[in-house]
Amino acid sequence: MRFSESWLRQYVNPDISTSELVHQLTMAGLEVDCAVPAAGEFAGVAVGLIVAAEPHPEADRLRVCRVDIGAAEPLQIVCGAPNARVGLRAPVALEGAVLPGGVRIKSSKLRGVPSQGMLCSARELGIDEDAAGLMELPEEAEAGRDLRDYLQLDDILIEVDLTPNRADCLSIEGLAREVALLNGLDLSQPSIQPVPATLADSLPVTVDAPEACPRYLGRLIKGVRREASVPLWMKERLRRSGLRSLDLVVDVTNYVLIEMGQPLHAFDADKLEGGIVVRYGRAGERLRLLNGEELTLDDDTLVIADAGRALALAGIMGGSESAVDEATQNVFLEFAFFTPDHLMGKARRHGLNTDSSHRFERGVSFELQDRALARASELIVTLAGGEAGPVVEAVSHEHLPARKPVLLRSERIERMLGLAIEPERVQQILRGLGMFPEVCDGGWRVTPPAFRFDIAIEADLVEEIGRINGYDHLPRRLPLAPAAMQPVSEARLGLDRVKDALVDRGYQEAITYSFVERGLQQRVEPDIEPLALKNPLSAELGVMRTGLWPGLLDAAIKNANRQQTRVRLFESGMTFIPMSDGLDQRKVIAWLAMGSVDGEQWGEKSRAVDFYDVKADVEAIVALTGRGDRLTFVAAPHPALHPGQSAEILLGSRRLGWQGMLHPSLEKTLGFQQRVFLAELDQSVLLSRDIPRFTPLSRFPWVRRDLAVTVAETIPVASLIQVARDQGGDLLRDVIVFDVYQGPGLAEGQKSVAMGLFWQDDAETLVDSRVEEVVAKVLELLDHRFGARLRI
Amino acid sequence: MTLTLRRISELFRRIGFESVEGPEVEDDYHNFEALNIPASHPARAMHDTFYFDEHTLLRTHTSPVQVRIMECAKPPLRVIAPGRVYRCDSDLTHTPMFHQVEGFLVDKKVSFADLRGVLFEFLRLFFEKDVQVRFRPSYFPFTEPSAEVDIECVICGGSGCRVCKQTGWLEVMGCGMIHPRVFEFVNIDAEVFSGFAFGLGVERMAMLRYGINDLRLFFENDLKFLRQFAAF
Repeated sequence: MRFSESWLRQYVNPDISTSELVHQLTMAGLEVDCAVPAAGEFAGVAVGLIVAAEPHPEADRLRVCRVDIGAAEPLQIVCGAPNARVGLRAPVALEGAVLPGGVRIKSSKLRGVPSQGMLCSARELGIDEDAAGLMELPEEAEAGRDLRDYLQLDDILIEVDLTPNRADCLSIEGLAREVALLNGLDLSQPSIQPVPATLADSLPVTVDAPEACPRYLGRLIKGVRREASVPLWMKERLRRSGLRSLDLVVDVTNYVLIEMGQPLHAFDADKLEGGIVVRYGRAGERLRLLNGEELTLDDDTLVIADAGRALALAGIMGGSESAVDEATQNVFLEFAFFTPDHLMGKARRHGLNTDSSHRFERGVSFELQDRALARASELIVTLAGGEAGPVVEAVSHEHLPARKPVLLRSERIERMLGLAIEPERVQQILRGLGMFPEVCDGGWRVTPPAFRFDIAIEADLVEEIGRINGYDHLPRRLPLAPAAMQPVSEARLGLDRVKDALVDRGYQEAITYSFVERGLQQRVEPDIEPLALKNPLSAELGVMRTGLWPGLLDAAIKNANRQQTRVRLFESGMTFIPMSDGLDQRKVIAWLAMGSVDGEQWGEKSRAVDFYDVKADVEAIVALTGRGDRLTFVAAPHPALHPGQSAEILLGSRRLGWQGMLHPSLEKTLGFQQRVFLAELDQSVLLSRDIPRFTPLSRFPWVRRDLAVTVAETIPVASLIQVARDQGGDLLRDVIVFDVYQGPGLAEGQKSVAMGLFWQDDAETLVDSRVEEVVAKVLELLDHRFGARLRI
Repeated sequence: MTLTLRRISELFRRIGFESVEGPEVEDDYHNFEALNIPASHPARAMHDTFYFDEHTLLRTHTSPVQVRIMECAKPPLRVIAPGRVYRCDSDLTHTPMFHQVEGFLVDKKVSFADLRGVLFEFLRLFFEKDVQVRFRPSYFPFTEPSAEVDIECVICGGSGCRVCKQTGWLEVMGCGMIHPRVFEFVNIDAEVFSGFAFGLGVERMAMLRYGINDLRLFFENDLKFLRQFAAF
């Protein structure tokens, strides 16, 4: 809400500067977004009256005006504004005036005609955005009067960003109440002169939905002068509150809204048939709103109707058919209380958010209607004449919000805030907030006022005490707790350790969006129907990822487009896989590598990253769990991977993940110029480890045998190692591969694999014969299973 | 992002806060209802929510973890819950996904003074300097009293600049005493126990700590950006 500081100060005028006031409001929970002057900085601008306007001899668009500024002789000013006409009063920047931005006005010649100053638009003075023509001043404006003084422009516009619980501050009165309390001052409210009913005319009001509209007040005012002009002070206050002046009746409704916080509505009484009915809409009923939109109503929406049709969307917006216009002389004014329970969400349902719905949704005082009616009647009758009828009221007391007393215990204040507050101070704060505290044993029974909708429990009151007392005056301390130790599981591998390992291996951590483009997601994992967002920001962010590769691929291609030839990225995060029994939210860690292995350097010949580099990454990561010996890579197809370079990764019997080279068709579609390698590991499988179990160290030497065998090149080395491990006997301690060879000397399609096997006994020195025995078994099975031949 | 998350977790871990994660696809109950934000509450308009269906959504904050933990664990509790959160909003200063750290402490006799003490310490240690901190009354449906925490602008030192919109202050977190209604939802007796909760935006903290001037950089994954933080 935006308001004028001078308006507020008419209610309560503490002896503090604007910036102190701003700070005070902010620290009381009424956050000030900004405070800006009501007008730009200027001096030397006066009210001018155009007494003559002749065409410029040299320029069609310009006029030569003679402007009365209260001096003996009018000034001659050349002006190009379309509304420069005789009789108009407008601001004149006199010779020597300084306009916003430091522009200094001098006498000059425009197309050969001397001009002694400048006629100004509102925008040139920093008053308004309106630059269409000269700023039009009221007829009463006295020529020659200083404009700043006349418009009382030395004012500040303060914008407060109110939280949804503080609807009571959506008015000058409400804000003033807080400011008065914060400064220990009394509030001075303008006194209202009641307008007696001098007419007998009235409209009957029937409320069919008292649960949604427990109070409805209405009044007819007849014979309003349609030509009545809106006084300058009202115009200016509305402008400073961000509202445009339209006509007197509408301006008065807006003025009372800002001043008191009561939304009201004016109907053209001559456009109504019969009395007013507050009822729910009828299915299919139509209503054209003031903004021109036509709505089809439902039976859940409250409307104000007459005998025949719906006239207005209750508490939200009036209808165009019953609206006041320039011909309106008789008005019917509505002052209602619609309950927040009913109004919540209703405006939004129709895509609306009005000053009125904003307040009713959050809560308008249900005791304000009488006063608002008196105020609006007074303003209309004083400013535009007319005679008022009696006040018509429909109230359902049982449906008005209940204000039950809330128990506030002194002990609780101290316990919640950590500070004991003097009972006198507590009472002073509560009264200042308009509450009604009643002393009881151990504290107070506090009845909240009709304008507060956020005080239901003790904690709400404690907050008020803390807030007004000032949060920054509350103590600080560190919580005390027993020095209980926390369990630390050694069988868990921390994700941070894994991330660090990848960083040490030259990877950068990426963060990609959890929602991705459906097309890419489905190309990577066509077998999973991803979870789709109902309201995505764009199609590119339409479905929840089922894996991390789409995001990494996208990040990699963007980097490639930024001239990065070597990209190594990893990401850890949630994937979302719809299963028959619900959504599986699974954390994985994935990485991507492309470009040279080491980056450009001189020590080694540059080589592009390959399948085995990424496999080495996987092995290094799994080694952190102490379960490297249970890691196996099984050649298996994956839709996103090259059929010949794709492996399912198993840890024991559980699937740990996948790795491989990006499928050539995807590589092409996505526009990669280099090969891309990917890996993805399931964190639930990865992040547990075995606590080491000590085995006694052997005092006896180990025996090594090297076996070089030739096999078909399609046989994975891992299978050979597995056979060696399975057949090597209890005493086998390790198997390594120290050479793999293909080329001259071997038959086409064959490779040679050289393995070293290590045995050791804890109890005695091994004799050759025992080792020869198991070597023979290993060779036999290698031959049997893979046709492996020992190379001599 | 990871550097900042680790730094935050480490500081809280040392005073006994355990780190816990929760689901990112949440139900309406945990994200709103049990946090005292009933349907059509004006506070829902402050959360631009991504929906899958009427009851399923992407969590708009990390606070649902609070509910999930309190549903199954009993006080005393000291927990932080870092993670990704989502809002249907994208412009210069908003990304549809960002990171938050939720933290809460529930015990007997926990007061607003404890909350102030912990957060003052945290901010001072996080920035490794004596930053000015202020608590400003605010409103969250799931805390009462509620506050927003501002620190003196670390860019201009409080004299006013573009980053702090000339106010000299930067909003870094929201916090408050856990609302009795929230305790009611998870069957904790609010007469016996009290607690505080806070939520902070991790990107904001990282930007202030490292002088990063554009939020969107966190999600562009530009190697030139990422490498600047590789030495840590």
